[in-house]
Amino acid sequence: MDEAVAVALFLAVTAYAVLAGADLGAGFWDLVAGGADRGARPRALIDHAIGPVWEANHVWLIFALVVLWTAFPEAFASITLTLFVPLTLVALGIVLRGAGFAFRKSLVRTSERRAFGALFATSSVLVPYGMGAVAGAIASGRVPAGGEAGDPVTSWVNPTSVVGGVLAVAAGAYLAAVYLVWDARRLADDAAVEYFRRRAVGAAVAAGATACAGVVVLRADARYVFDGMAARALPLVALSALGGLGSLALLVRGAAGSRAPRGARLLAVGAVASIVWGWGVAQWPYLLPTDLRVSEAAAPSATLATVLVVFGVAAVVIGPALALLYALDQRSLLPDEPDAPGAPGGPAAGPPGRRRPPARAAPGR
Amino acid sequence: MGLLAVDPVPWARAQMAFTLAAHIILVPLGVAWACMTLIANWRAIRRDDRDALVLAQRWSKYMAVTFAVGAVTGTVLTFEFGLLWPRFMGRWGAAFGIPFAVEGLFFFTEAIFIALYIFGWKRLRPWPHFWTGVPIVVAGIGGTLSVIAANAWMNEPDGFTLNRAGEVVDVDPVDVFFTDAWPYEASHMLVAAYLVGGFLVASVYAVGLLRGRRDRYHRLGFLIPFTVAAVATPIQMMVGDTVARWVYENEPAKFAAIELVPETDSDVPETLLGRLDADGDVEGGIAIPGLASILSDPSEGTSTVVQGLDAFPADERPTRREANTVHLAWDVMVGIGTLLSLLSAWYALAWIVRRDMPRSRLFLRAAAGAGVAAVLAMEAGWVVTEVGRQPWIVRGHMKVEDAATTNGGVWITFLVVVAVYLALAVALVLVLRAMSRRFRRQDELVDTDVPYGPRGPRGVGADAPAAEEPEEPERVGG
Ligand code: HDD
Ligand code: HEM
Ligand code: HEM
Repeated sequence: MDEAVAVALFLAVTAYAVLAGADLGAGFWDLVAGGADRGARPRALIDHAIGPVWEANHVWLIFALVVLWTAFPEAFASITLTLFVPLTLVALGIVLRGAGFAFRKSLVRTSERRAFGALFATSSVLVPYGMGAVAGAIASGRVPAGGEAGDPVTSWVNPTSVVGGVLAVAAGAYLAAVYLVWDARRLADDAAVEYFRRRAVGAAVAAGATACAGVVVLRADARYVFDGMAARALPLVALSALGGLGSLALLVRGAAGSRAPRGARLLAVGAVASIVWGWGVAQWPYLLPTDLRVSEAAAPSATLATVLVVFGVAAVVIGPALALLYALDQRSLLPDEPDAPGAPGGPAAGPPGRRRPPARAAPGR
Repeated sequence: MGLLAVDPVPWARAQMAFTLAAHIILVPLGVAWACMTLIANWRAIRRDDRDALVLAQRWSKYMAVTFAVGAVTGTVLTFEFGLLWPRFMGRWGAAFGIPFAVEGLFFFTEAIFIALYIFGWKRLRPWPHFWTGVPIVVAGIGGTLSVIAANAWMNEPDGFTLNRAGEVVDVDPVDVFFTDAWPYEASHMLVAAYLVGGFLVASVYAVGLLRGRRDRYHRLGFLIPFTVAAVATPIQMMVGDTVARWVYENEPAKFAAIELVPETDSDVPETLLGRLDADGDVEGGIAIPGLASILSDPSEGTSTVVQGLDAFPADERPTRREANTVHLAWDVMVGIGTLLSLLSAWYALAWIVRRDMPRSRLFLRAAAGAGVAAVLAMEAGWVVTEVGRQPWIVRGHMKVEDAATTNGGVWITFLVVVAVYLALAVALVLVLRAMSRRFRRQDELVDTDVPYGPRGPRGVGADAPAAEEPEEPERVGG
């Protein structure tokens, strides 16, 4: 049963990576979108795209943490004991990011929006970096089990953690750009399609390069996981590479016609999800390589069963609700509220060249 | 780290208490505001009430902001369990985690439907839109019941088997969730959420009414939440009384601190205010003879024996200072509860006699203060629960000092967290005020906010997409 719960845990982590990871990546694009005027349009699109969904996406993190501490208490205790600093930074980053976003969305004055927007955007980079660094610390075996703390600094300031952090930021930015291409197309905003398409290509290249560098680093610094990736997890690694390359090809081809790449989104998700799974499979059977096995860390079986039941209920009850949310969102049935506009005009009031979303075709009549 | 390392235990306690105390203020809004919004929404659709419609829509927008802050402060708590109490989680996570796993389901539900509701105003039809709000209310209740199950378990741990080494080797999830303390704590907190949420929202409109904004919109904004709170208050007093009797029977050390009883005795007086002096004797305060005994078990009257602090070993009961804190917090909770009951009775009486709310300014002033007072009562109640449990983190099984992190840098994170949260609080209030000002200014301009498009109640004007909205971003707000 501990295997099943470990799989469930990784499902939650994957969901967080491909859903919330993209929301964090959108914050990255917000950060680099330029001054208040120049960046107004991409920012409005970002607001529009993540507004309705970021909180639901964020719950995956809570869920993953809760599953970890309930099903594998010792692993949770060891991770939090050693990685006190990066986890504290991540927690604070989440506060600033969520609050910054919600506040910005509710304000209209440019100066205020800029201040909270900056908060939102910088912490959107800090948070995935910290999480990637934590993953790197675990993967490279720097988190000891058994109630003693590892090194408070080098546990998360080390080659694998740096790669993990940069990769998390790059992968999030890549996913976000790909999703935003889609969102822009949905709003029939050709200029924004092109804007994010170019950035998606850039981020794909950056993420790919980081991943390649990661292979070298892992080999030197995280031998167990490297060996696993070269053996057990090789198919997943290959899948990830193929997905990345495939989506890159589609994105580049999209430059030709105005047709935005269709399958790129799916391939991008596949690329990120399979690298997360690759990590998990590579360090199997350890939760903390090579100190704590999944089976050693597992809670009593009744607890594990409860976690699985909760997961089952979530699949049956929460799954459809989530699907409903995404479906309505994708059909533009959850538009921004009119009085919380993106600074100079909400997404519906873009500068020239942007068409209004088909607001008047509302089914509400 | 050397110099920077300070005993983490007091700092961890302080940080946990501070972040919980902050989170809990947002909780009543998350739990009760959605319900009040739906009441307004229902009225709007059923009675074609334009004011109620605008109210519901605006409330949902405020909620979007407070919900986001509630979510991020809750996330910090989730991290803190590990960051501050790793040894607690490592040893007890298998049991203590179960209620949180259940709570996760409610979090998902809440986050999903709050998005559907808030963003659905424009494009969903009125009734389906209304129904997207109902799961928020259900999830708020379910979430409260689950998270309180975790707290009740700390007070009344149950549902696990330990081996010789004290490790949890078997768990009964149902017993973990439904501890004996759970029905009492859960109902008391649930009613508290409606009480606090109601008074808090009503207090804002009471201020508006006092400032002369006596239109129907403000009146409705006052009446809906105040009525919810006024109904909740007497219920809360009755539930509280039951909880107190339960604590008398099951958590005698906490009860001794609550009632400030140094020595086991019968005919114990109820001491209002007062404290234990350095010798552990009651000092000051007003003693009402026999009342604590009578309230503890009315059937036995003054002969009811109440265990004093001296009935417990010194290292298994709250310290003198903690007992004083608990007792003061108790007085605050019960005192404010009594005042709020009087206020609710006044309101009820006015309705019975005149079929209208009290007209006096004194009433409105009291109502304006009731929001903050209710929050204080709730905070005080939590201090009773948490400090009264000391020195235990898991009562009878693990002490707080054995649960804390060994990390000497906690004092730094505590200071950072306090600074961040204070800034957050200020920003939150300013943002909400800016929104309210903007809404008011819109009222003076044109009616632009038209939910449900032209199908909206009472055939209100044309659909006004964002682009045509007359707003002046540089002037409004702040
Ligand atoms: C909203 C305000 C509020 C009001 C008016 C009251 N309470 Fe309360 N009380 C709470 C809000 C609260 C709380 C914050 O919600 C607590 C903390 C934990 C809990 O479950 O409820 C609480 C805890 C709490 C406890 C400790 C429970 C435990 O540790 O297991 C007792 C004994 C009482 N209350 C009793 C009362 C009595 C006798 C009241 C009035 C006559 C009263 N409360 C009014
Ligand atoms: C489900 C809800 C809650 C849980 C699971 C919980 C859990 C904890 C834990 C683990 C501690 C540290 C150990 C200890 O000192 O006993 C603690 C302490 C504390 N909590 Fe709670 N708590 C909850 C709700 C609250 C709320 C809402 C408040 C609001 C004020 C609060 C106030 C405190 C205080 C004041 C302390 C410090 C007590 C002391 O050390 O003297 N708690 N809580
Ligand atoms: C130690 C205790 C606690 C932890 C770890 C905790 C954790 C959390 C988390 C992670 C969230 C965000 C969920 C999301 O993303 O939507 C949240 C929100 C919430 N929490 Fe807590 N919480 C604690 C105490 C409490 C208490 C004591 C209550 C109520 C009795 C409560 C009620 C809620 C509610 C209703 C929400 C929904 C969001 C909102 O209303 O702002 N929590 N909490």
